[in-house]
Amino acid sequence: MSFIEVKQISKTFRVAKKKSGLKEAFKSFIKREYLDVVAVDDISFSIEKGEIVGYIGPNGAGKSTTIKILSGILNPDSGECKIAGMTPWKERVKYVKKIGVVFGQKSQLWWDIPAEDTFDLLKDIYDIPEEEYQATKKDLIKRLNLEDIINIPVRQLSLGQRMRCEIAASLLHNPEILFLDEPTIGLDAVSKQLVRDFIKKLNKEKKTTIILTSHDMSDITTLAKRIILIGKGKVLYDGSLKKLRDKYDTETHVNIRTKDKLSIRKKGITSKNKTRDGYELVVNTKILSISELLMNLSKKILIDDIDIEQDTIDHIIVKLYEDYKI
Amino acid sequence: MKAYITYFKLKFISGLQYRSAAWAGIATQFFFGFVYIMVYIAFYKSGGKDIPLTLSQVITYLWLNQAFLALINQFTRDQELFNMVREGTISYELARPKNLYFMWYFKVLGQKLANVTLRFFPLVLITSLLPKPYGLGGPASLSCFILFLICLTIGSLLVTALTVFYPIITMFTLSEKGIVNLMISLADIMSGLVVPIPFFPLFLQKISKVLPFQYISDLPFRIYVGSMPTTIIINSMIIQFTWLIILIFLGNFLMKKSLKRVVVQGG
Repeated sequence: MSFIEVKQISKTFRVAKKKSGLKEAFKSFIKREYLDVVAVDDISFSIEKGEIVGYIGPNGAGKSTTIKILSGILNPDSGECKIAGMTPWKERVKYVKKIGVVFGQKSQLWWDIPAEDTFDLLKDIYDIPEEEYQATKKDLIKRLNLEDIINIPVRQLSLGQRMRCEIAASLLHNPEILFLDEPTIGLDAVSKQLVRDFIKKLNKEKKTTIILTSHDMSDITTLAKRIILIGKGKVLYDGSLKKLRDKYDTETHVNIRTKDKLSIRKKGITSKNKTRDGYELVVNTKILSISELLMNLSKKILIDDIDIEQDTIDHIIVKLYEDYKI
Repeated sequence: MKAYITYFKLKFISGLQYRSAAWAGIATQFFFGFVYIMVYIAFYKSGGKDIPLTLSQVITYLWLNQAFLALINQFTRDQELFNMVREGTISYELARPKNLYFMWYFKVLGQKLANVTLRFFPLVLITSLLPKPYGLGGPASLSCFILFLICLTIGSLLVTALTVFYPIITMFTLSEKGIVNLMISLADIMSGLVVPIPFFPLFLQKISKVLPFQYISDLPFRIYVGSMPTTIIINSMIIQFTWLIILIFLGNFLMKKSLKRVVVQGG
């Protein structure tokens, strides 16, 4: 039995359907039509303790819905789920003591008062013993670099500062599982890096199980070894990031700076473009290895500079979405 | 329990920050107080028959209405809770290991008490210094005053229970407009905020007796001015307390029911 076991979970939302226009507006006043939207459709997976799992998918795929079911907020229509031996939505109050959640698009901090006051409130909500609370708080303040901002009313904080406080607020009770729903949304590069490093360390040192959703693939690549891809409510891929790379990441871009004229025709080179000061080749590395290409090139021309770039994970994801037609 | 008290405390502290809103509120309440009083003075001068309260009793009642308005009314809604439902911040509330109904209950109570703390004192002070018959009179007797304090305390708990109902209903209707607004207007009329209950036509008085609304402020204020015999006071206070228990129980039940079908969209 794994730490997190999800079995055939489904959830359907009922949405009122309304066509535009005055006539339709009157019609819907009398008789409403509903549309059933399947947000999560028969999802199963299991996660071991201490894993970091990237949960990805396009907008509206059902990511947040899954997170909300797993964190006990929503009741699924059917299916089973056991996390740390409990069913989240049935034993909500007992269960949520063990988890922490961060919703990047929402705020849990009180707007009018400094973050530290919200922390004090959370201490009472989670019944954290005073000593443990002080120690955890001190540790989080140090790691997330909060000393200067913790006493400023939250409404005056920047987004990056606020998000760091949000993350700290979710970890005061030392949860075993952390759900991060788009934790880096809208953050600048520095804040993103800080948040990622922090999450990585947390997982390493405290063995916190982390489930992460993000549209920023560099979040996923730096943090998660395993990803679960969902689309239209179904699990499409569940496995290591490396395997996904091997399968899809076959194209490499080679930028060559040269003054010479290059004519090369070889199996494996999918395209050749002239650039301002050289050429750009796209190579299928399964057919033509980079070293072979380089040997070939160096015989023909004088290379001033060369830049080899793997396909970015974003490209892979786009391809994946296209493949699965989501 | 400690968590709920902290909730209350935080809401109280943040509520106290809105001082200019309080001053504006005080000014409005003075204005309305005087308008109401003028109307009743004209009414008494025209010499109606069977008037249930004396003029100075009515004026005291009206000033008490204004002084405690922030506490006893249901129309200043806690936007935070409605926004929580509409924007989905409720997700965070649900991720807490506490009873959501009581978290909201103490939030609303904190908010109401903060609002009334900022407003009632200047009003009571100034209106009690006004010349007769315009001013706020003292309590009818010491025992009336003690009963008034107890009754108003239960009344505040009662109005809080009612106020928490509206965001819960919003979880079903998704918008606080419509049915919730209608209910709030009705509630305000039936609590005696527009016209004191003793001036209601008899059939309306009978209806208001079986509804919870008159037990919020009308009952304590009538005790204060001494227009009620003791036996009726005791009976009414028993009904008041029973309503409090029923409403808290019902609110808690409705909240649990709504959470089963809660839908959190977007993000």
